[in-house]
Amino acid sequence: MPESRTSESRMSGSGGPQGSGPLLEVSGVTKTFGHGRRRLTALDGVDIQLGRGETLGLVGESGCGKSTLARVLLGLERPDAGTVRFDGTDPFALRGKELLAWRRRVQMVFQDPFASLNARMSAADLIGEPWRTHRDVVPDAKAREKRVRELLALVGLRDSDAHRYPNEFSGGQRQRIGIARALALDPDLIVCDEPVSALDLSVQAQVLNVLSELRERLGVAYVFISHDLSVVRYIADRVTVMYLGKVIEHGATEDVFERPQHPYTSALMSAAPVLDASRVSGDREIQLKGEIPSPFDIPSGCRFRTRCPRAEERCATQAPPAAVRDAPGAAPHTALCHFPLAAA
Amino acid sequence: MTTTAAPSPAAADIPDNTPALDVEGLCVDLSTPSGQVRAVDGVSFSVRRGRTLALLGESGCGKSMTALSVVGLLDPAAEVTGGAVRVRGSDTLRMSPAERRKLAGPVLSIVFQDALTALNPVQPVGRQIGEPFRIHRGLSRRQAHEKAIELMTRVGIPEPRQRARSYPHQFSGGMRQRLLIAMAVALDPDVLIADEPTTALDVTVQAQIMRLLRDLQDEREMALVLITHDLAVVAQRADDVVVMYAGTVVENGPVREVFAAPRHPYTRGLLDSVPEHAVRGRPLPAVPGSPPELSAVPAGCVFQDRCPLVRERCVQERPTLRASGDGRSAACHFSEELARA
Amino acid sequence: MPREEPTTADTTAGAGADTTTVGTTAADTRDTTAAGAPDTTAADTAADTGADTPAGAASSPHRANWWRMLGRDRAAAVAAVVLSLVVLVALFGRLVIGDRAQRQDLDSSLRPPSLGDGVYGLFGTDVLGRSVLARLIDAAATTLSVAVPAVLCSLLIGSALGLWAGYHGGRRESLAMRVADVILSFPSLLIAVVVLYVFSPSALNLVLILAVARIPVYLRTARAEAAELRSRLFVDAARTFGTPSRSIIYRHILPIALPTLLTVAALDFCFVMLTESSLSFLGIGIQPPDVSWGLMVAQGRQYLQTAWWITVLPGLAIVFTTVSATVLAAWVRMATDPAQRWRLTLPTKRRGASAAVPPELIP
Repeated sequence: MPESRTSESRMSGSGGPQGSGPLLEVSGVTKTFGHGRRRLTALDGVDIQLGRGETLGLVGESGCGKSTLARVLLGLERPDAGTVRFDGTDPFALRGKELLAWRRRVQMVFQDPFASLNARMSAADLIGEPWRTHRDVVPDAKAREKRVRELLALVGLRDSDAHRYPNEFSGGQRQRIGIARALALDPDLIVCDEPVSALDLSVQAQVLNVLSELRERLGVAYVFISHDLSVVRYIADRVTVMYLGKVIEHGATEDVFERPQHPYTSALMSAAPVLDASRVSGDREIQLKGEIPSPFDIPSGCRFRTRCPRAEERCATQAPPAAVRDAPGAAPHTALCHFPLAAA
Repeated sequence: MTTTAAPSPAAADIPDNTPALDVEGLCVDLSTPSGQVRAVDGVSFSVRRGRTLALLGESGCGKSMTALSVVGLLDPAAEVTGGAVRVRGSDTLRMSPAERRKLAGPVLSIVFQDALTALNPVQPVGRQIGEPFRIHRGLSRRQAHEKAIELMTRVGIPEPRQRARSYPHQFSGGMRQRLLIAMAVALDPDVLIADEPTTALDVTVQAQIMRLLRDLQDEREMALVLITHDLAVVAQRADDVVVMYAGTVVENGPVREVFAAPRHPYTRGLLDSVPEHAVRGRPLPAVPGSPPELSAVPAGCVFQDRCPLVRERCVQERPTLRASGDGRSAACHFSEELARA
Repeated sequence: MPREEPTTADTTAGAGADTTTVGTTAADTRDTTAAGAPDTTAADTAADTGADTPAGAASSPHRANWWRMLGRDRAAAVAAVVLSLVVLVALFGRLVIGDRAQRQDLDSSLRPPSLGDGVYGLFGTDVLGRSVLARLIDAAATTLSVAVPAVLCSLLIGSALGLWAGYHGGRRESLAMRVADVILSFPSLLIAVVVLYVFSPSALNLVLILAVARIPVYLRTARAEAAELRSRLFVDAARTFGTPSRSIIYRHILPIALPTLLTVAALDFCFVMLTESSLSFLGIGIQPPDVSWGLMVAQGRQYLQTAWWITVLPGLAIVFTTVSATVLAAWVRMATDPAQRWRLTLPTKRRGASAAVPPELIP
């Protein structure tokens, strides 16, 4: 039942040209905070693309700008430069009713299932909160009740959970409420900001299953932000690696994981501990020197050069060009590096 | 990171086999709204010098509570109600607070997860790191400061002499964790307990910190108790593992063997739910449900609500931790069945 | 150690569930928790939520327990009784005492409190032989009719402005804060004196002047709370749905800021009563023959050494009323927070110890 109503509302709700072109197109988005000398560069010319029903994994360490990018995609922050096109329209140019209609199509699941739910509202109130603004989605109280029950079932919770308060739920269950709330408006795109990193392993698998099941049933697209490479590898179709506000590598998931081009991606992968001891070979481990430079003071040339094992003089003076490696039958695999790693 | 799985050579040099830390039947009760609940129920483990033992479990399984009772830093709402914690042959639970304090530092020491709250924000870090020397060795302020700088150099803090005068907030997360580790190893403890030491850190920094811990352990022949929820960290770093669930130990043994062929369905479930093994597009084999509330731990097997093998017997009788002769034990009625499957 | 035996029905229901029904299993476990817990509130909640009541009635089971929660907290219950008593006396006291508060009897001037002089002699008499009890009752009405509207006005205006300013920040915030600074920069007693001297010292003017003088207190508190709450994740979440600002303020910020504002208001109640008494003492507040508690304290001052009851008893009335209001405000703060509510079901002694339990361990 939820599927049918979803497709219906999507056909009628959004209007505008459908089906052609990517769902989301971000190009050259730059965002800085603060002013004068204390200027923090959170995003520096970021380009991403996402098709309908696709999942894009966004990987990077703290301070790489992935959360700021999420906030830009949600319209919570306005970029200083660059364009965001959602289904061909620029959400930052919209006003009033049109803006409200756009908001229905992009939703978010937050990292912290404790802080993102108002502790004074019951699960039913939380899930139904979007309808208090978008009154036409579910017209009357009876239908709302029914829809809340459907949504609860969709994310694997019980009817009676509707009357409980967040503190009565475990972390995994709260995250399910967060997902149900994001689904309440039948969005085309859900931005998931580290949706499972606050959860225990056994519960994390449940939530990941819920997310992939929804993708299949509802055809929703995800921007999936995570620092956990194994999670991204499992869920994403394509992967974007960010470092200090810039996309440094992009490609199909298998290409990026199996044949990384950028030294940073490769180091990130070798640093992440893996369960299977046979997959680690001592010589493959690359230990990076030091920590991520401050986003207030980004290194010249290639921003990774201060920690890069392959850095040479050229890296300090010239911004690296995009190294493109065509993968057969898939999106091109690009990396910003003077000395990209060869495919092994 | 392949050297860690084998016992480090230092361990073999120690002639007697007495463990550096021996915990036996530890029970901790906690006051909660629904009355007293048992947060840790009969937990036993021991670790020798030079070896690494991992306490593995999810949040609320009692692993941190176990660590805090071992070092005597339990919250007032919690109380140790049974068991023994032996270091150097004597039971710390039966010691006076003053005797216990003498152990903190030279014998037992702990590294916390949150390095920012574990450091005093209004004291220069050099003074904080030197503090153990002043308290336990009676060094002067100058001498302690020199020692602190020495330690900061050892844990890899650049320009230690200048940085010793900085305050905790002026350091990055990874550097703060290094400072905490410096403080913990200051007095060469027999046992270092690390409570989720890298959880708050980025992957590349996490790798640096784990390497530092390993080097320090080899150098000083410490016993390391690593408390974590990360299976991969356990696999790469520990010699032995104790898997905890709902306050009890469900399985223990050498990491390689336990992870290769788990004998408790919970361990199996955890290993299966790691996305690393998953095939894209197929559902992850998740453990259904969530851990029981401490006030509602079932009377029979603690894992019965989520277990795929559950039978009548599991509801009625709680399985005890049975040793199987090869240095492993598991608390499951049907562990042989699981081993065969 | 008391360990609750879970009912077999509940535990077996959860076993053998597959991946898609994981939520059910977990919920079952939770039901066991609540049902097995010794305190009745938790059991009630479980019983209420276990039944498939429609979503519209979502919050009612919790509201129904308020009286019971109040009953369990002895201090709050006493405070509630004291406050209701004061309100009842203020509303209906004059009907009972008639003109007793004004009736003079110079023969029985300055009698100490005693049991022998009838009901009206219970608290003694003042210098004109008027019954202190009757005057306390009469003054209750006057005091509350000034203090309550004054506190309510400043609470409403100050909070509304403060929440608005704090949520939006920027220019709106600066504007509101400058207004507050301007009001604060005049000593409030001084403006009161000037204004009341120029205009006639009526009760209405008194209320207005007191209300305006206290607005900054609420404005600053509300602004600080709103500015902090503005950056919370659930506010961001609401913004992603396109929720308009005023709805966010009303739905997410006000309910959380309100208990704090109520606590401030309870304390302010005392301040307003005392300011009113100072103004009355200066002759520009309540005009005799009307009487307020503050005025009684002021008038009795010169007899403090010989007839303590004239001053001390109205003073105690002010203290009891304010303390009760504060205690009740603290209780409301806890009772409206679903995560704290359970504490009210604990015996008072253990609240502190349990508060130290990390939140993830609290069932």
